[in-house]
Amino acid sequence: MYELFRNLGAWLVAGENWSGSDGIGHRLAEHLQYSLLATLIAAAIALPLGLLIGHTGRGAFVAINLSSFGRALPTVGLVVLVFLASGLSMTPVYVALVALAVPSIVTNTYAGMTAVDPEVKDAARGQGMRGHQVLLQVELPLALPLIMTGLRLALIQVVATATIAAYVSFGGLGRYVFDGLAQRDLVQVMGGAVLVAVVAVALDLALSGLQRFLFRHRAA
Amino acid sequence: MQPGKGRLMITFDAVHKRFPNGTTAVHDLTLEMPEGGITVLVGSSGCGKTTTLRMINRMVDPTSGTIRLGGKDILEQDAAELRRGIGYVIQQAGLFPHRTVLDNIATVPLLLGWGRGKARARAAELLETVGLTADAGKRYPHQLSGGQQQRVGVARALAADPPVLLMDEPFGAVDPVVRTQLQDELLRLQKELNKTIAFVTHDIDEAVRLGDRIAVFRTGGHLVQYAAPAELLARPADPFVADFLGAERELKLLSLTTLAEVPQQRATTVREGEPVPGAGPASSTGSASGTGHHLVISARGEPLGWPSPDGTLLPVRPLRDTDTLLAAVNESIASPTGLVARVDAEGVLTGVTPRETIHEYAGRRHQEAARPDRAPASSRTGADEGTDTDTNADTNADTNAGADEGTAAGADGGTGAGTVTAKDGSV
Repeated sequence: MYELFRNLGAWLVAGENWSGSDGIGHRLAEHLQYSLLATLIAAAIALPLGLLIGHTGRGAFVAINLSSFGRALPTVGLVVLVFLASGLSMTPVYVALVALAVPSIVTNTYAGMTAVDPEVKDAARGQGMRGHQVLLQVELPLALPLIMTGLRLALIQVVATATIAAYVSFGGLGRYVFDGLAQRDLVQVMGGAVLVAVVAVALDLALSGLQRFLFRHRAA
Repeated sequence: MQPGKGRLMITFDAVHKRFPNGTTAVHDLTLEMPEGGITVLVGSSGCGKTTTLRMINRMVDPTSGTIRLGGKDILEQDAAELRRGIGYVIQQAGLFPHRTVLDNIATVPLLLGWGRGKARARAAELLETVGLTADAGKRYPHQLSGGQQQRVGVARALAADPPVLLMDEPFGAVDPVVRTQLQDELLRLQKELNKTIAFVTHDIDEAVRLGDRIAVFRTGGHLVQYAAPAELLARPADPFVADFLGAERELKLLSLTTLAEVPQQRATTVREGEPVPGAGPASSTGSASGTGHHLVISARGEPLGWPSPDGTLLPVRPLRDTDTLLAAVNESIASPTGLVARVDAEGVLTGVTPRETIHEYAGRRHQEAARPDRAPASSRTGADEGTDTDTNADTNADTNAGADEGTAAGADGGTGAGTVTAKDGSV
């Protein structure tokens, strides 16, 4: 056991593992690229949806049930399904990652919108704001902390799941996991897993720090 | 300021509001609010007073009937633009928590496209108007006390200088001491700005204190009586209104009158530190009074207390001409000598008034108010007569608006300006 951890440590710090097109640096960049792109696409779909549902109050059941739907969705199954339909490309990976990220963004955006004090919305209308002005000047800014939480959760989930890109022969940190499994190289498998975990935790900390900074003026 | 003489600012004509769930919030309301002055809509919860208020700026649209603002049908106007021209203050202030106080106040000017610089300058000016420091402008609403937040709410409503203000229980959520302060401030501001204010409250004392006219609503959205405070207190239209006004309505009536008219006599005084007569010669301002009691005053002439046999001073609470007859009745009971000390604006003694005189004036005040001037109170609710009784509900609104100017809010002599047609006003 001790031997394993020592080898893992050695693997992680070995200079040759970090350089080249097969190196950790490159795989990390790929991994982040997949994750960020998937989260951005998900946000582009989920944010307007969540804002619309929250602003109009219509279709609330969608927002509420989407999160349990997202949890029940088998990501690998989805990758395989889309892979069979579309052939070898990154499409199945993005479809699966976006499907994973959309529910938490919609749900949190909706939750943020419903948490806006009705008195404040009433006051906004009463001062003469039109519907879109209430949405953009009052509801959206007030829902922003929860919306950002949704985005952060989505990104973390996507980072942790983006290893499946390697499952359909693309890059990212999942490469080490799947290659390690194929080569029965336990150290490499663990190295990949540890790197994914570290990236996820680091992003989580950085983004919650950013949230705290941005919303420092808000009441508790 | 003569609201009675002004044009009609807000008129309700046979307005009915039924909500989708079937409840009737406002029942066949016909009501006229003249320009200038404060019209208070009062009643217990569920009586339709808030719905009535919110129909004025189209936060709620009536099911039928017409509401006009300055002669124009509000349903023909764009709702958002209409609202930008009407100040709106709500309970809990409803401030935007993500914006600074200054930006909160600048809301309507920004919506009107004033530009940020001009809007902020106006907001800074209003901070001062409502009694807040410039420093408060940079803060966020949650950093202010409840009373300060309400002030910001009022400032925000005044920002674009609208002629009409709607206030929906604006002081309902603050403690009684702060509420009284805010009420005083509102009266002070109103004296300066002379807006047409519609004010909703469930607190009859607040209504009497602030209103130039009071509209009493009963559950189901019925307007029961619309009158000046003095008339309302002296001649409630029916047992419901009388009950709502409370058992002490005669005393409340006294709070509408000041001491200015009540005569005073010269006081027999003794300077602080000097011996109280009986033991020696007093430094008297006049021996003619013959009240038989000495009042100890300071070197400046401020009343300090009534001497008691054991040499201590019993407390005196001197009153000014601007204080109410109610305060005088209260002090006449509390005073150990039955004499009420009167002072000028600087707190210097001007004389005393005996208990009997105060009670005589209080009684006379009540008789005057209770005397029917045109229509007897009983015919005021004319449902069973099948006619719309158009009574001169707003009497002497100009005088009671300035209660602190020392004028009495007489129920007689006014011209019927704010009129009410209570089609279904009986219980």
